[in-house]
Amino acid sequence: MTVPITTASKGSKILGITSIIGFAVLILLAFFVTDPDIRFHPETGEEFGQFDAVRLLYLHVPMAIVTYLAFVICAIASAGYLIKRTFWWDSMAHAAGEVGTLTCALVLITGSIWGRPVWNTWWEWGDVRLMSTLILFLLFLGYLALRGAFVSPQRAARPAAIVALIAVLDIPLINRSVEWWENRTLHQKSTLSELKIEDLTLFTLMLGILVSVLVMSWLILHRFRVAWLEHMEFEQGVKSAIEERRHIDNKEQ
Amino acid sequence: MTHLGYLIAGWGLSSLVISIYAVRLLKRGARLSARVPAQNARWMSSPKQDGG
Repeated sequence: MTVPITTASKGSKILGITSIIGFAVLILLAFFVTDPDIRFHPETGEEFGQFDAVRLLYLHVPMAIVTYLAFVICAIASAGYLIKRTFWWDSMAHAAGEVGTLTCALVLITGSIWGRPVWNTWWEWGDVRLMSTLILFLLFLGYLALRGAFVSPQRAARPAAIVALIAVLDIPLINRSVEWWENRTLHQKSTLSELKIEDLTLFTLMLGILVSVLVMSWLILHRFRVAWLEHMEFEQGVKSAIEERRHIDNKEQ
Repeated sequence: MTHLGYLIAGWGLSSLVISIYAVRLLKRGARLSARVPAQNARWMSSPKQDGG
């Protein structure tokens, strides 16, 4: 029997194919089916709104949601590691932390690209949501750097878990920032939770969230398997080094 | 369509970054899978194959 040399499994292949199909449908809906955001001033009749830039939100908002989700998974797995002390929990935390950091970077970038035509600025240093999201990104970048600073993954696991549990506390702050400091942000309050959008726009946004969750799951699954294999390889290396040392000691005696 | 450059930049960059990351993960996984015995990678074998 030949064993496939890959981290893919039947389940992950189905997940991957579903994600690709879902992404293609999302592009179709976001670019060609949904309407641009054009409103008319009630008195002057002048056009205003986000126009076609609104199509960036079908990507930016779902990605922000999966970023929170990935970091929450990272924190739960970190807590799991501190309780159980098994490599499974640590690998899961590492995988979710890395994927979350990647999507967090994309949230900041797509937000900036959307902000230029709509807010007339790439970045606003005084905006609490932007700054708290940047802090979240930097905290998890530090989390990954900390993991990379240790030669042995086991030694990195405990301090990394503590950092993840502290860093995740920024998420409720980001979420509530538009209400707590509403005069210090360009962001509007949540249109999703208050259901200010409807029909096809809402459906496309929901599809965007679903596709993003599928893509994130695929990435975390594969990153977890890579971390697992790295651990196995490290253990193998340690075992063979011990055996080699014993062999040398026996020879010397 | 208005703001086409911004749309291409946002969607294109995100798709590209995620695709590159996914391909790198698969390549790294394949390289490691070749070095680690199959019994240490549970997803490689079905329950029938490993007797479980």
